[in-house]
Amino acid sequence: MEKLVRINNKSGIHVRPAAQIAEMANKFQASIAFVKDGVEINAKSIMELLTLAAGEGTNIIIKANGPDELQAVEALESLINTKFYEE
Amino acid sequence: MKNNMRIKRGVAVSHGIAIAKAFLVDATEYTIPERQINSEDAAQEVGKLEKALHNSIEELKIIIKRLQKKSTKETVPIIDAHIKILQDTYLKSQIVEIIKKELFTAEYAVSKTLRKYIKALSSVDQNSFWGSRINDIYDIERRVIRNLLQEKIKDISEVKESVIIVCRDLNPTETALLDKNKVQGFITDKGGRTSHTAIIARAMGIPAVVALNDITLDVSSGDLIIIDGNTGMVIINPDKETIKKYSVISKNFSSYEKNLLNELKDLPCQTKDDHEITIYANIELPHEIPLITQYGGQGIGLYRTEWLYSEAGLLPSEKEHFNAYKKAVSILKNKKIIVRTLDIGGDKLEPGKENEKNPFLGCRAIRLSLQNLNMFRAQLRGILRASNYGDISIMFPMISAIDEFRQAKSILEQVKDDMRTKKIPFREDIKIGVMIEIPSSAIMADILMKEVDFCSIGTNDLIQYTLAVDRTNEKIAYLYQTSHPSVLRLIKYVIEQGRKHNKPIAMCGEMAGDWLYTVLLVGMGLRIFSTSPIVIPEIKKIITSITLDEAKKVSDNVFVLDSAMEIDKYLRNYTKNIAPQLFE
Repeated sequence: MEKLVRINNKSGIHVRPAAQIAEMANKFQASIAFVKDGVEINAKSIMELLTLAAGEGTNIIIKANGPDELQAVEALESLINTKFYEE
Repeated sequence: MKNNMRIKRGVAVSHGIAIAKAFLVDATEYTIPERQINSEDAAQEVGKLEKALHNSIEELKIIIKRLQKKSTKETVPIIDAHIKILQDTYLKSQIVEIIKKELFTAEYAVSKTLRKYIKALSSVDQNSFWGSRINDIYDIERRVIRNLLQEKIKDISEVKESVIIVCRDLNPTETALLDKNKVQGFITDKGGRTSHTAIIARAMGIPAVVALNDITLDVSSGDLIIIDGNTGMVIINPDKETIKKYSVISKNFSSYEKNLLNELKDLPCQTKDDHEITIYANIELPHEIPLITQYGGQGIGLYRTEWLYSEAGLLPSEKEHFNAYKKAVSILKNKKIIVRTLDIGGDKLEPGKENEKNPFLGCRAIRLSLQNLNMFRAQLRGILRASNYGDISIMFPMISAIDEFRQAKSILEQVKDDMRTKKIPFREDIKIGVMIEIPSSAIMADILMKEVDFCSIGTNDLIQYTLAVDRTNEKIAYLYQTSHPSVLRLIKYVIEQGRKHNKPIAMCGEMAGDWLYTVLLVGMGLRIFSTSPIVIPEIKKIITSITLDEAKKVSDNVFVLDSAMEIDKYLRNYTKNIAPQLFE
């Protein structure tokens, strides 16, 4: 399952959002990837998320594969849309 | 590739032959060679990784605690991010995979993994938040690798089978951790005849070959190694024939040594025409003292006391000094013991405090003692107290001018006065000597002789300072020439002045223990040698095989030659005739 989302918070996926995403992603069984400009990274890894260098306005495809992929994509999408409770 | 026999040549610094498995010790230096491991060691390597990650996280937690108390709280989120990265299970799984599948060391795997991310970030705008994360990743890399290397240093104390230690260069901390019964030999990337590894190897009586350049990259732990400490050859993964050949050579050499020992141990050390020569031993660590009588030494010509100071920042008390020297007396009874006061640089006492530009020309040895009088007095009192029980003398290192000697002596006199007042017994006629290891003191030996009781020539430093060759710099190792005509002339002058003023002159540098120079030194008039205990039989063998006239002739012949190379060649040919086995 895939879904396109836009990073809307000002500072993009920096340390704290990366930690939040990884923490959330690790709650699901499904394998979860973020794709940016054709580069695919493991969304369960804070290291990978940080090196994605996704700033404000970046389009990301959330890719999930596994029994709970639907819930995973929904949860991550809503986390991103809340702008990580930053603003 | 793995089992190909390879031969490397280095500098032989401690003789003998050893055949054993390699045990690779990573130096504390921050280098991450692309090094493979054996598949059976992969699990252990992963264990080390886990421990290093855990330790790194613990370190960071402590840092956060400290930061929270201070006003620099804004860095807490950064440190916290480092912790989160170190806890990243996906990151770890990648490192583990490199260890298990590609069979690389943990530190190389860590580096390889993290560098991948650094590379990814290097294409990002370097002023952005992500671009500046590169330094954080480097920081994490350094922390984990430092923890990994510390694990490896600890490993050295856990050697379980007979091994040959392979390292860049040993440092004293690592040496202290070694199980001396398990180590069969040393081979190192760096070093020279007077490096720490060389001194330790000779003290332990095991072969060592140094200055092998990148031997630590060529060898993996578990490889079979042959060290030929007589010729400087190192063979990695020898074939069956070579192993057989060396087993025979090794057996022959050790039986030759054993025979020498049995033949000479209880004979007086004198030339064929009955001129007596004294051989003392150089002692680096207390456990070597029993070797002296075992090898037929007549006392301690140089008791190095640096081991007492090895714990960084912790100075030994007067009592610790006293106990150490008293113990030597109790083993050697009434034999002579010459204790040299502290001979290290300030950097070793307070690591990292002041990095001197030229430590060899800096505040070390007697200079350091004279600037730290409480420390110096504690040592002097310890020596004096022990002198009440045996034949102990005091020797000051690195004397470069008469004032330094006078100053050191006046402090000794103050300490003596104080002890007399307090009725603490010591040897009233205790002898005070100096090391001649700086050209200035050799050149003005005539002046020094009037005030000192004895001298000991320290050739390692004397050569280094005379020739302006850093003895630890392997790039210029070929310029470090023991028999350089200038060095020989200095030594000859010192010996002559000693004779003129009737003061005993000893030599305690490595030159005294190198049998290539024994005949020459006897011919030049040297009567007291101080060497590492294990070479005493060889030196004695040569001394008992010559007459004084023969030795004098050799010396005369040497003094008309122009270069160290010619001199060594001549001496090799000459000595080979006396003791061919030593040059096989």
